[in-house]
Amino acid sequence: MEEKLTLFKNRKRFGIEKNIDIIFKNTALVLSSFVAIILLGIILVVFFQSFESFSRYGLKFLVTSEWNPVKDEYGAFTAIYGTLVTSFLSLLITIPLGVGTAIFITEDFVPKVFREIIGSFVELLAAIPSVVLGLWAIFVMEPFFKAFFVFLHNFFGWIPLFSTEPTARNSLLAILILVVMLLPIVTSIARDSLNQVPKKLRNAAYGIGASRWKTIFSVILPAALSGIMAGVLLALGRAMGETMAVTMIIGNSNAFSWSLLSPGYTISSMLANQFGEADGSQVSSLFYAAFVLMILSLVVNIFAQWLVKKFSLKY
Amino acid sequence: MNSLYYQKRLSRNIGDKFFTSLSVICALIAILPLIFLVTYILYKGGSQITPELFSLEPNPPGDDLDAGGINPALIGTLIITSIASIIAIPVGVGGGIYLAEYSKGGAFSRFIRFGVNVLAGVPSIIAGVFIYALIVSTRILFGSMYSGLAGGMALSILMLPTVIKTTDEGLKLVPNELRYASLGVGASMYTTILKVTLPSAFRSIATGVVLGIARAAGETAPLIFTALFSYYYITGFGDLFYEMGSLAVLIYNFALEPYDAQNKLAWAASFILVLSILSVNIFSRILAAFTEKTKRV
Repeated sequence: MEEKLTLFKNRKRFGIEKNIDIIFKNTALVLSSFVAIILLGIILVVFFQSFESFSRYGLKFLVTSEWNPVKDEYGAFTAIYGTLVTSFLSLLITIPLGVGTAIFITEDFVPKVFREIIGSFVELLAAIPSVVLGLWAIFVMEPFFKAFFVFLHNFFGWIPLFSTEPTARNSLLAILILVVMLLPIVTSIARDSLNQVPKKLRNAAYGIGASRWKTIFSVILPAALSGIMAGVLLALGRAMGETMAVTMIIGNSNAFSWSLLSPGYTISSMLANQFGEADGSQVSSLFYAAFVLMILSLVVNIFAQWLVKKFSLKY
Repeated sequence: MNSLYYQKRLSRNIGDKFFTSLSVICALIAILPLIFLVTYILYKGGSQITPELFSLEPNPPGDDLDAGGINPALIGTLIITSIASIIAIPVGVGGGIYLAEYSKGGAFSRFIRFGVNVLAGVPSIIAGVFIYALIVSTRILFGSMYSGLAGGMALSILMLPTVIKTTDEGLKLVPNELRYASLGVGASMYTTILKVTLPSAFRSIATGVVLGIARAAGETAPLIFTALFSYYYITGFGDLFYEMGSLAVLIYNFALEPYDAQNKLAWAASFILVLSILSVNIFSRILAAFTEKTKRV
């Protein structure tokens, strides 16, 4: 008995080991706070760099579309309008396509093997770099849609959105490449949220005699709505910040036009185009534009997170 | 009697047929262009692949006969992605360890998790703008402006949320019994984490990290005004502090050139980029499926 107790006494933890434990914990703590530091750093740096332009042009920057480094006149309305229009319109096309595809691969229209192949293929596409999509858009989509754009202009030219002669690179092409880009995101998130709807809801609906699509529209889609909405918002954030593919195909012109068939601009494509060569107050104005873009995507993102938390399924 | 049989003309059955075909059409519209896109990239890019491509420098545009190769960009992508990984993996894994192992769900950890999600949604070009303001324009890195090092830092900002998230989630999946057992036999907290929980979550963390690296390798926007582009071979360590080419920026620059030879080089570079990203993705997918199967047994 005595012997055992002395053994136990010797098994005390060394001071150095305790210190290592504390150091390890605090290192992990510091490393995790890096995220907050970087995030705050980004917001502060972009804000302070844009301060000069902000104090000079104020909110007028947001509603004028003069961008003239020679005269030192800056207004980002064209780019802000382009960012909003391209992202919202592309989302408008993507949502029905993506949700429709997601329903197709969660229902049993075709054998499970095919559905899984389609599902993982769509997910793989989310991994293709946007610059490659831009390359594809330039060399494949641009010639492919040329005739279609002329047709659009000839028959729907009375709509302001199609009122100009189509140029080689234009906003509509940017919207279409954004659709290609967002489709995998919306589809895979919608599929996941549809899959998470409990089986018993479906069985209950079938049991009281609802047809398949009655069940989908009245039971399954409403139950999955919060997840789908969050996915849509994430896709919106992605669309607003998307740079490369859009820059390569949108035509990059700061002249404002309502028409989607004329070249346009987005905030991110403006940054990509001008940042390298800018100096003086142009840099500050570009930072101002970057700040606007950041606020837009932050709002969308935080709203998406809030939505998930607020409306996530509770079954 | 009749009502026991399926009736084609019933409005609900017609409606069902209509919506079913609508969803099939949606799926076709969505998937056919995507299939076409991948095959076109692989076909068009694959047909440009030659051995010289991997060993030569690209010629400056304008020389319409021979565009040269993509060696500097290929090496540059490897270097820049490695720099990003060297920064993002330790920080991300460490942060993930704190969130999963130490934090008790308080305000701090909730704030950090929220921050991770927000940082994941920050547009990639903003990361470039941030590094430009912080490092490129201040010449803080030994007086060098555009550099591969700055490019790697910009990419690491984009990788960080992915790494933290996968570490956090991977560690949370480790059963608590393992921790109790380890702490119960007298191991300290750091031994438990390093010897027990991290190794058992290793595969899922590694998969997530590798996918994050693959994603970063294709990012262009953060590089166009941090690492810029270079036509010349990377010869030594000192080149880290100068402009550095990368496959992604090469595709961007050469796609917009009016010359056919440069465009072909862009296609070849996209082939290499897409093929490596897709194979990393497929491989990790197979690995994940395999892990799941062995776990179920």
